[in-house]
Amino acid sequence: MVQIEIDLEDGHPLHIDLRNPYRAALFAWLWPGAGHFYQGRFTKGFLFMICVLSLFFIGLAIGRGRVVYASTARNDFRWQYFLQAGAGLPAAPALIQSIKTRGGSDPFFVLCERYPPNYGGDSGNWDVQPFHRLPAEARLPSHVRTLKDGFMAPPAGEIDPDNNDVLGMWHSEMRHWFDIGTVFTVVAGILNILAVYDAFNGPLIVTPAMRRQMAERRAARKRKKGES
Amino acid sequence: MIGAGTWLLLASWMDARMWWALPLLVATSLVYSATRHELTRDILIGAARVFVMGVIFMALIFGLLWLVR
Repeated sequence: MVQIEIDLEDGHPLHIDLRNPYRAALFAWLWPGAGHFYQGRFTKGFLFMICVLSLFFIGLAIGRGRVVYASTARNDFRWQYFLQAGAGLPAAPALIQSIKTRGGSDPFFVLCERYPPNYGGDSGNWDVQPFHRLPAEARLPSHVRTLKDGFMAPPAGEIDPDNNDVLGMWHSEMRHWFDIGTVFTVVAGILNILAVYDAFNGPLIVTPAMRRQMAERRAARKRKKGES
Repeated sequence: MIGAGTWLLLASWMDARMWWALPLLVATSLVYSATRHELTRDILIGAARVFVMGVIFMALIFGLLWLVR
């Protein structure tokens, strides 16, 4: 059990029971606000939960379920996922999808299918095709497999900056919404990291005593400058 | 008379994409303030202050981009 005491502006002390800070931090990371609920800090728990989760899910909806994905593939290192993962469990399906699709397997929760380049053996039709209603693969020869967009799954197939690929199709179909969705989910992850710190260490309140110390330090610096 | 620049500025404000910054700013202000205060009243006052600063900062950046465009 860890308890902290903070002197407020009005002179009254504020007691905060952080319980087990490590456990609280873990809960706060896994589900935004859960760490604060564990500590009995319900108002802040609700606030973190509503703010972080609404940003995350609005972003995910704007990005049509594709903006949160984990990939270290060649030409598609998704660094944004490291920040999105700050939101905890809501970002976890991306990891599962990444493991599932490694080696070219189909993702869970297929959203749409695209015909791959040269699917009909026609050398004039190289590009990845726009999405098709399911099941598209059944209409192709048995040896041809479609590229499948999955919920929170990395883009299927090779990512080639010199040619059209699935990631390029996402940008082309969603335009600026892909970026807005990415920003929302990244900011949600970053904000939850702040909430995790709050659950672990309590709020970073600037107390009157700290303010006095800062003023004293400033005055001392000024005196030193004046002497030199 | 309202100049063409002002009309363009108004048109930009009405651009739907810009309004997506609002929920982002509200959530950021609330969470930032909540990590610096414990009492609800202090959190809300702090969040309002951060929100206003954010709006001013964004307006300055907008103005700067407007000038250099």
